[in-house]
Amino acid sequence: MTMLGKIWNWIDDRSGFSDVVMPMLEHVVPRDARWWYVFGSATLCAFIIQVLTGVALAMVYVPGGDAAYESLVYITNDATLGYLVRGMHYYGATAMVMLAVIHMTQVFLHASYKYPREMNWMSGVVLLFVVLGMAFTGQLLRWDANGVWSVMVAAEMAARVPFVGGYISQFLMGGETVGGSTLSRFFAIHVFILPGLIFAGVGLHLWLILRHGISEMPKADQPVDPETYKEQYEGRLEKTGVPFWPIAAWRDVVFSTIMVAVILGCAIFVGPPSLGPAPNPANIHANPMPDWYFWWYFAVLSMLPPELETYVILGMPILGAIGLFIVPMLSNRGHRAPSKRPWAVATVIVGATAFVVLTIYGYRKPWSPDFDVKPLPPEVVRSDDPNIQHGAVLLRDKGCLYCHNVDGFGGYRGPELSVIGDRLDRGELVIRINNGGYNMPSFASSLTAEELSQMVDFLLTRTDHPSAETEEKSSDEPPRGQQ
Amino acid sequence: MSDSPETRSPSSDEDRRGFLTKLCLGLSALIGAMITLPGVGFVLAPVFARPKQAWRKLGKLDEYEVGKTVSVEFKDTIDQPWAGVTALSGAWLRRVSENEFIAFSINCRHLGCPVNWVEDASLFMCPCHGGVYYEDGEVAAGPPPEPLARYTVRVKDGFVEIETSSVPLTTNDQV
Repeated sequence: MTMLGKIWNWIDDRSGFSDVVMPMLEHVVPRDARWWYVFGSATLCAFIIQVLTGVALAMVYVPGGDAAYESLVYITNDATLGYLVRGMHYYGATAMVMLAVIHMTQVFLHASYKYPREMNWMSGVVLLFVVLGMAFTGQLLRWDANGVWSVMVAAEMAARVPFVGGYISQFLMGGETVGGSTLSRFFAIHVFILPGLIFAGVGLHLWLILRHGISEMPKADQPVDPETYKEQYEGRLEKTGVPFWPIAAWRDVVFSTIMVAVILGCAIFVGPPSLGPAPNPANIHANPMPDWYFWWYFAVLSMLPPELETYVILGMPILGAIGLFIVPMLSNRGHRAPSKRPWAVATVIVGATAFVVLTIYGYRKPWSPDFDVKPLPPEVVRSDDPNIQHGAVLLRDKGCLYCHNVDGFGGYRGPELSVIGDRLDRGELVIRINNGGYNMPSFASSLTAEELSQMVDFLLTRTDHPSAETEEKSSDEPPRGQQ
Repeated sequence: MSDSPETRSPSSDEDRRGFLTKLCLGLSALIGAMITLPGVGFVLAPVFARPKQAWRKLGKLDEYEVGKTVSVEFKDTIDQPWAGVTALSGAWLRRVSENEFIAFSINCRHLGCPVNWVEDASLFMCPCHGGVYYEDGEVAAGPPPEPLARYTVRVKDGFVEIETSSVPLTTNDQV
C-alpha cells in the first residue's frame, strides 16, 4: 500500500468517513429528483462563496466608522484581487437571495413541505429571513453615504415598534445617533450572529433532509396521507430509488458550477458596486436606495397612506414571516401536484408579478422629486415671448418639474403638464398653484404675482392646439386633471 | 454509610439521578448566566445611557444672511475617537431675524432620509419616498407623518450655537 493510501486509511478509520459519512451521501433518493431539485444545493454553494470571500474581506476591512470607507476603497482599488473578491461577495449575496427564493418557490409549488417535512420548510423560512438580514446588514457595511442612511432608515423603522421601538433603535445605532458604535454593531451582527444562525439552520435543514428523504416529484394520484405516507415512500424508494451520490448529485454539482462561474464572471467583467460618497451623516446630498432585492419594499413604503404605514412597516415582515412559517400547519396532507392546487399556483403568480412590478416601480422612483431635472430646452418651450420663456424657467426653478413632466422633461410624481393648457384655464391654474392640493404643496408664499402670471402664461401654451397657444381657455371647460 | 451498588435501593438510585439532573441543569443555568449577563449588559448599555447634549459653535453671527437657509455641520456628542466623519450631524439653519435662528433636522420624519432645501421653491424635499415640507417644517406632501424636527439654536458671544440631539425617531415619545 502506498504512503498516501496508508494515510487515507488512518484518516478514514479514525474519522469514520466510510462508515458514517458515505452511507449518508449514498442514501437512496427518488429517481425522478431531476433538475427541479438543484436550487437548494446551489443556495448552500452560494453561502460557501459568501463565507470564503467574507473571511477574506474581513482580513482587510476595518469595521470602524472612521476607517471602513477607506478600507473599502483600498480593497476595491489597490488590494491584489480585492476588486474580484468584493465583486464575488456582492454577486454571491445576490445569488444567495435569489436562489433561496427560487428554492422556496419550487418547494411551495410542489408542496414538499407536507408531511413529514414540515420542519424542513419551517427551518427554511427562518433561514430565508436570516439571509435577508445578511443582505441588509451587508449593504450597511459598505459604509458609504448610502450605508449610513440605510442605518438611519432601519432605526426609523424599528422605532415604529410600540413601546420599545426607541430602545430597539438605540440598540441598533449603539447610541442616539449613527456614529462610532453603529458600524461595529452591524459588523458583529453580519459576521458573527447571523452567519452563526445560518450554520446552525443549514445543519438542521440538512439533517432533516437525511431524516425524511427528499420528496418525490408530485403526482396527481399520490396525495399525502400521514397514516400511510412513510411506508409508501419507502416502498417506492426501494423499488426505484437511486443513491444520491453520484447518481443524483451530479446535477447539483453541474448547476452549482455554472452558478459559481456566473458569479465569478460578473465579478470580473462587471465588478463590485461602486462606492458612493464618503459616509458623512451631515451630507444632505445623498440619495439613499437599497440593493435591488429590496426595491419592491422601497416602493411599497412610498405608496402607503401614512395612517397605514406603521402597521405595514412592522406588520408586513412579521406577518410575512409567520404566514410563511405556518404554511405546513395550514395543510400538511392531501394533494401535492400543482394541477390540483390552483390557489398555491395563483399565490406564486400573484406574488411574482407584484415583486416584478414593484421592483420596476422602486427602480424608477416616480414618486420622488427628480432633483437632477434640466431646464426645458427651447424646442419644448416653443415661444419667443420673454414672459413665457421666463415662466418655463420658473417651472424648473420653483421645483414644479421635479414632480411634473413636460414633453418628457421632469419627474413623474404629479400629473403630466404637456397639455395642461387644454385641461385647466388661467383661474384654475392660479388656484392650483397657490393652494396646492392632494400631495402638492401650496406655492402661494413662494411666488410673486408676476412669477405666478409668467408661469401660468407658459402653462397655457401647453396644448394640443398650437393655434390657441396664447388664448385663454374658456372657463366652462370642466377640469379633468387631479393635482 | 457506604453506598455500594449492592446496597443501594432502586428508589435511592432514582433520587440520586434526579438530584444530579437538577444539579447539572441548575449549574448549567448558572454558567450560562455568568457567561452571558456581563456581555448582555455591555451590549445594552448604550440603550439606557442618559442622552448627552452639548452646545456646538456653528459660526460667527455675521456669516449668516437674514432669510437664508443653509446647511451646517457639527460634531455630535459621540465621544468615540474612531467615529471619524460619522460623528458629524447636519442641520438646515435659517437666520429668521437679527438674533433669531431656526434649525431643522435633516432627517425626513418618514424614514429618516436627508431632506434637501430647494431655495427657489421654499420647500424641503426628501429624495427617498417623496416627502415635502414647507419652509416652516410643516408637511406639504408625501408620506411624512410629522413636521421636521428642530434643534435648539442660540446666539452667544457673537457666535451661533446649536444644541446637539439624538436622531429624531418618528412616532416615538420615549427617545
